[in-house]
Amino acid sequence: MTPATTIPAAIAELLERHGQTTSRREFLRTSGMLVVSAGAAAFAGPFATSVSAQAAGPYPDPNFRQLDSWIVIHQDNTATFYVGKTDCGQGTGTAFRQMMADELDIAYASTTCVMGSTDVTVDQGGSGGSDAIQTDGWPMRRVAAEARRVLLEMASSRFGVPASALAVSNAVITVAGDSAKRVTYGELIGGRRFNVALTGANIDATTGVAKVKPVQDLKIVGQSPQRYDIPAKVDGSLKWAVDVKLPGMVHARNVKPPVAGATLVSIDESSVRGLPGFVKVVSKGNYVAVVCEREEQAIAASRQLKVNWQKPATPQLPGSDNLFTFMRNAKPSSSQGPTIVGNPDAAFSSAAKVVEAEYDFPFQGHTAIGPAHATADPSDGQMTIYSNDMKSYGMRNGVATFLGMPREQVRVVWMEGPQGYGRTAADDAGFEAAYLAREIGRPVRVQWMRNEETAWDTKGPAFTFKMRGALDAQGNLVALDYQARSADYCHLGYNEADTVLISQLMGTRRATPAAGSAATPSNMYAIPHTRTVAEVVPLPLVWETPIRTGNLRDPNGPQSTFAAESFIDEMAAAAKADAVEFRLRLLTAGTSDDSGFKRARSIAAIKAAAQAFGWDTRPSPRPVGNGPVLTGRGIAYTFRSQTVVAVIAEVEVNRETGRVWVKRLACGHDCGLVINPEGLRRTIEGGMLHSVSRALHEEVAFDTEKVTSVDWNTHPTLTHADAPERIDIVLVNGDPNPNRPDLPHYGAGETSCKPTIAAVANAVFDATGVRLRRVPLRNARVLAALKAARV
Amino acid sequence: MSNITLRVNGRAHTVDVEPSTPLLYILRNDLGLQGPRFGCGLGQCGACTVIINGAAVRSCVTPTSSVRGEITTLEGLSKDGVLHPLQQAWIDEQVPQCGFCQNGQIMTAKAMLDRNPHPTDTQIREGMARTLCRCMTYYRIQAAIRRVAKGVA
Repeated sequence: MTPATTIPAAIAELLERHGQTTSRREFLRTSGMLVVSAGAAAFAGPFATSVSAQAAGPYPDPNFRQLDSWIVIHQDNTATFYVGKTDCGQGTGTAFRQMMADELDIAYASTTCVMGSTDVTVDQGGSGGSDAIQTDGWPMRRVAAEARRVLLEMASSRFGVPASALAVSNAVITVAGDSAKRVTYGELIGGRRFNVALTGANIDATTGVAKVKPVQDLKIVGQSPQRYDIPAKVDGSLKWAVDVKLPGMVHARNVKPPVAGATLVSIDESSVRGLPGFVKVVSKGNYVAVVCEREEQAIAASRQLKVNWQKPATPQLPGSDNLFTFMRNAKPSSSQGPTIVGNPDAAFSSAAKVVEAEYDFPFQGHTAIGPAHATADPSDGQMTIYSNDMKSYGMRNGVATFLGMPREQVRVVWMEGPQGYGRTAADDAGFEAAYLAREIGRPVRVQWMRNEETAWDTKGPAFTFKMRGALDAQGNLVALDYQARSADYCHLGYNEADTVLISQLMGTRRATPAAGSAATPSNMYAIPHTRTVAEVVPLPLVWETPIRTGNLRDPNGPQSTFAAESFIDEMAAAAKADAVEFRLRLLTAGTSDDSGFKRARSIAAIKAAAQAFGWDTRPSPRPVGNGPVLTGRGIAYTFRSQTVVAVIAEVEVNRETGRVWVKRLACGHDCGLVINPEGLRRTIEGGMLHSVSRALHEEVAFDTEKVTSVDWNTHPTLTHADAPERIDIVLVNGDPNPNRPDLPHYGAGETSCKPTIAAVANAVFDATGVRLRRVPLRNARVLAALKAARV
Repeated sequence: MSNITLRVNGRAHTVDVEPSTPLLYILRNDLGLQGPRFGCGLGQCGACTVIINGAAVRSCVTPTSSVRGEITTLEGLSKDGVLHPLQQAWIDEQVPQCGFCQNGQIMTAKAMLDRNPHPTDTQIREGMARTLCRCMTYYRIQAAIRRVAKGVA
């Protein structure tokens, strides 16, 4: 078997500093903790060779059913945790350490956490779905509890006393009543293996014999140690995926088709052959890249390369100005519903008042602050990819399939990168770097340019909505008709070898594109009669398109909640009811609930937000003032999985410029057991402000041929000028059964994104009496609406 | 190609490069100073910011041959192992989410505070307005700057 490729000293030093010593892999191998997978994936990939997928390579999978795959105790009485997650910037690594240190009974400061490198950490799927704490935290806690149990058993044998006579604190075990009998974890097992098997049908179910601690016994969980990754991020010492330099490394830049659906006819390589540092033009199908010795040379050569492209016979895109008309008239590719509750037709025909409204939500980009990038090393016939891919395990599998290599010869070394928020779940650059590295036979670093990233990254799907609501004579919402349409056909999967962009450009076509989805509202409102339809419509161009949809932070929640919670506000206004009271009435009218007590917790979250904000009870809109700046407030509420959230926004609307400033935000948030309150607050803030940016600024513009949003001017984002003056977050933690021992920890990475856009739009309505049903609320759109309404 | 001497973080470096090469690539790839990062290559986002003669400069659009004077990068902010007050404030306030843009935030704030040690909130918003963060940590960045401006850090 070929030995593993050497990791360069600078990178190894970094990994070692974070506990990921290069001897880790040897440790796993010699302890029999690596398993060799059987069988190749169904899709053979464009480069499938006769290489057997069973052939062993240096990078088999760590076995999640071995305690040693998760936890190593060192002789100096410290511990390293190895988890199969990545951190998109919310400090999850710190939270993992807190949860595992608590169960293990070791000081937080005596631990480190290694994440996401496929050959040394178990495959927990990387990041996504806000499930790191909610789902993956459980096996982490259980294996740490099991390690503690095993260590106590060892001490029990050593001292000849039952484990029940032992006490443990900060990784030191003592015998009750005999202070001379004392042993540390490091003395018991430091540097050696547990050799303890775990059980579980899958990795999420991984468990030992020990049980996790009851909530009341957790001491580190609930505290707010500072994030361990931040110091190196502010002093410049951290090495990110984008910083990797390898001996002999060359630089590549892609050359994208100039219009959507273009076909490559020919490349005039002589246009760049004489340029300094030129190495090679690589192309296959419609994929083109230029490789040079130096980075700036690759950039220059990619701009100078003459490529002859054949435009499609007819333009392939509907154009963003025509998008919503196109979507309304399109034939759905899939449909959910109608789901009928009660008798909505009868309720509408007997209603005292019926309100109808349509909402539009454009495509929005991930537009990561740093474009896609990766470095791949093809040495020794293996493939090592240095990447910030949030789903590094998926990339490893995808690249192996794409290149037709055995999985055991491919690994992804996960390193920090610009925010993921879903973009790096469909990570193009890692595949490109690996392909180019194999073609060139040298390590290749790929980085996209800004115009390429903004135009060609994955997009959050556009939506149209048609809403209808009925009030009875008492102003109760008795019927609701919700119809959503998303342009989400061919939603990208996670690093699939046949859907990543390079594979599409090379001509690969999946027989059935991913169906996509259109979300339905998430709330606990008791509305007796409802009709719900969620449809997906395709755009004309399905493959090789810059308008390809992917998971953008809470993939469809901000869109559906914008419509759903704006419309609840419209119904409250039609009933001349206060927006908070109207929602509480809909929640308290309900009798059904679920195991997560979401209805009771929803009420608590709304009340907490209203109290923190200082909400004054009155209907919206407020009487329009006389000055140039109008002020208003709006609320929206929803849940995501088991986490419930209410957000209140206060806005100032400048009636002369149309500018909306979100001056204040208040949030009631309940994600169950809180691991790190200060870290959680910043995550909630980030989610709310991400959605303020989407509410006010973000839209992907495109004509009938290409995306015209290519930089920060043409796909603008929130700036310092937009920052709120004040943010209040109440961690409700509203367990309706306080002090129970099993309060679960739910996810928080995306929930606060979900209601914030509606809260902003509702606040603008409160301030101006003008209902804006089309995102983003840019100055010109707001000003035009105010003028049309003579405000 | 030609020899160009740069003074960075108190040391002189001579590099043999195409003179029009943006300073960013020289710092990152030749001098190993990777605090400044590529974000847009257009001078729009600020992720590549360095300080030259006291001014915050976007190294992605600065030809290397045009540089006159001392360059400071993020790596050069701490003195004798002691973090700059802004760096400490960033830790105390737990500012970053992903952190990729924070080089530009810290360097821009440094140049701003060096000129105006006690900015008003409006001056902070204006002074930082063109330095982008896609995790939207602006609220915490401004809080961290105020800590330093008020001498809390």
